[in-house]
Amino acid sequence: MRFHLTSEQIAIQDAVKGTLGECWGMDRLHAFADGEADFDADSWQALMALGVGALALPEAEGGAGLGLLDAALVCEMVGAAAAPGPVIGQIVTALALAACANPSTRALLPGVASGETVATLALDSQLVQSARAAQLFLADDGAGGLQLIEAGDGIAIEAVSPTDRSRPVSKVSFGTVTAHPLFAPGDPMVQRIRDAALVLIAADALGGAQHCTDLSVDYARTREQFGQPIARFQALKHQLAHMALDVEPARALVWYAAYAWDAGLDDASRAAAQAKAHLCEVYTRTTRAAIAAHGGIGYTWEYGLNYWFRRSVLNRAWLGSPAQHRARAAQLAGW
Amino acid sequence: MDLSYGAAAEEFRGEVRAFLSANWQPGERRGNELKDYVRDFRRQGVEAGYLYRAVPRAYGGSEQPVDVIRAQVIREEFGRARAPMELGGNGVNMTVPTLLERGTQEQKDLFIRKTIEGEYIWGQGYSEPGSGSDLASVRTKAELSPDGTKWIVNGQKIWTSQGMQSTHMFMLVRTEPDAPKHDGITYLLMDLNQPGVTRRPIRQMTGEQGNDTFCEFFFDNAETPVSWQVGERGQGWYVSRTTLKHERASIGSADGLGNQFRKLVELAKEMGRLDDPLVRDRLGEIEGRVLSHRYSSFRLFSCAAAGDDPGAIQLMMKLLLTEIGHDMALLAQDLIGEEGLTEPAGAGARGYRGPRGPNKWLDQIMGSLGNSIAGGTSNIQRNIIGERGLGLPRDSAA
Repeated sequence: MRFHLTSEQIAIQDAVKGTLGECWGMDRLHAFADGEADFDADSWQALMALGVGALALPEAEGGAGLGLLDAALVCEMVGAAAAPGPVIGQIVTALALAACANPSTRALLPGVASGETVATLALDSQLVQSARAAQLFLADDGAGGLQLIEAGDGIAIEAVSPTDRSRPVSKVSFGTVTAHPLFAPGDPMVQRIRDAALVLIAADALGGAQHCTDLSVDYARTREQFGQPIARFQALKHQLAHMALDVEPARALVWYAAYAWDAGLDDASRAAAQAKAHLCEVYTRTTRAAIAAHGGIGYTWEYGLNYWFRRSVLNRAWLGSPAQHRARAAQLAGW
Repeated sequence: MDLSYGAAAEEFRGEVRAFLSANWQPGERRGNELKDYVRDFRRQGVEAGYLYRAVPRAYGGSEQPVDVIRAQVIREEFGRARAPMELGGNGVNMTVPTLLERGTQEQKDLFIRKTIEGEYIWGQGYSEPGSGSDLASVRTKAELSPDGTKWIVNGQKIWTSQGMQSTHMFMLVRTEPDAPKHDGITYLLMDLNQPGVTRRPIRQMTGEQGNDTFCEFFFDNAETPVSWQVGERGQGWYVSRTTLKHERASIGSADGLGNQFRKLVELAKEMGRLDDPLVRDRLGEIEGRVLSHRYSSFRLFSCAAAGDDPGAIQLMMKLLLTEIGHDMALLAQDLIGEEGLTEPAGAGARGYRGPRGPNKWLDQIMGSLGNSIAGGTSNIQRNIIGERGLGLPRDSAA
């Protein structure tokens, strides 16, 4: 029986945090947010050099032999740093390729696992992250199966002004494209791959919500008004306690959803739906509460809290709203 | 992560099952016959090493090494067999751990066995009309008798659960009126059956009254031997902070909430509302937190088994439980609708076993409010999370 992180898992999180701390500071985030690019090669290569793309792959596929849980721990740190790039798309695509029976499609795996080939999700929405940088798009095949579409002819990418400045989207339409089949309609892997994405989005939300809580706590301890740190005022203390009460218990929900996916438990799909719904609610509430707790400085562009708020907007809508996933979870429960 | 307990635990589970099928066969026993059977069964449970594991054999316990996995397996199997476990209540949960940690030999000999066997029932004498969250301000006074052998107690205690049945009380009294407030308190044990003690039940908002509700105590020159003082004179505040962490963590700690949530879903079905998208959405939102609570209890259990510090999450479980209870109450209230305009027949009388409709949820709806008060109010919990969990500065007035 083990239901808390091992020292190896903590070390993975520390490594990701340390790497992003070096290559993705607030100055880089500001510059990226004001720029035109939808991809940052430096931070991408740094993450891929850690083996993020292959983390959850079996050792036989050149992976680290870890699970979705470990991938979720990485995504948590990516969310905390508001790091750019389609990290979730990359991990999910690697998982899909490793489970795919089609040999010609599977030939794409080494490039995705190493991070050399950038893969992004183009599921359920025309708004796709890092679309201009991506070489592969994981997409619906129009009949309920999944396929990988190669960048190039037949894809129209239209620039938009993205709300989430850390993971800019473009509007993508597919015409006649080069596509590699992954899973046929009705293959249980279709839902399993979608579930993996939901869990990783929840993990990104967890990291972001924790970061916003930490920033608010630090600010309240140092900011003085009426001659004392504002954290001494019970109204604010209780507000911060509530943020923590929202975020910390939800951590175990993410762990469970990832564990259930790895172990192939019967309630894995339902747990993924609940984790996505709940963590995105938590992320929305926490980013809003963090800005309120900061006062004026929180409302500025310069301070940067808005990047996490904007990220929470994307996470919440991505692959379905909390209400949609609660409705799915209710159905899966047989209510 | 791995939610299985391992082969050694499963082998142990087999032993517990064999014990239960051999020894827990209550059959059609009722009344005193059942009572005697349960008492004997508990003794066998102690003998086998399953009950009162933290209590030494000398005082009637089974004196087992700390093993949270085994403790969990025992809980699960006893639960499955519907076999009685340890007695609940303040005596087993508070008096015994405090005495094991801080009591004298005489106190351990006098009280522990009789407490775990249910002969002594303990009331908690902490709160007073003027001392609620600010507990260290207690004013009930104790003075030494002229011969120095007895404490003479005068004052009032309140909100004592099980007070009407209590035979004894553990209490905080002021013995050093001139010392700083935390340092002027002494921890005493007292026999409640004496002329200087008067008790009165307090009727609760649920309507409950009588033996099962809480009550208030008045002390008018009540006496207790000096040898029944636990810890040093003036150190009572610190004695009251003693808790024994022996196998406290349990996976089952979230089961009650999960069961209540399942009943809420049943209620929605019973009221014909489970197809209503608004009801499904509210249930889903509550379930997100019910599951967070459940899996966090797994996390706490796992940390306890490994001897790791779980951090701030352990400070959050009570408030989380309370808040989920409030949201469940609100949804239940909407679900029962007009059914909630009448109380169940016999409401307020414990032990009522007559027909109960959807309005039985009034118990939960009102009872959920008790959770934000009992055992440290929700605002105190928020202070604790903020100060101990997040490291925010303490309120200078506290």
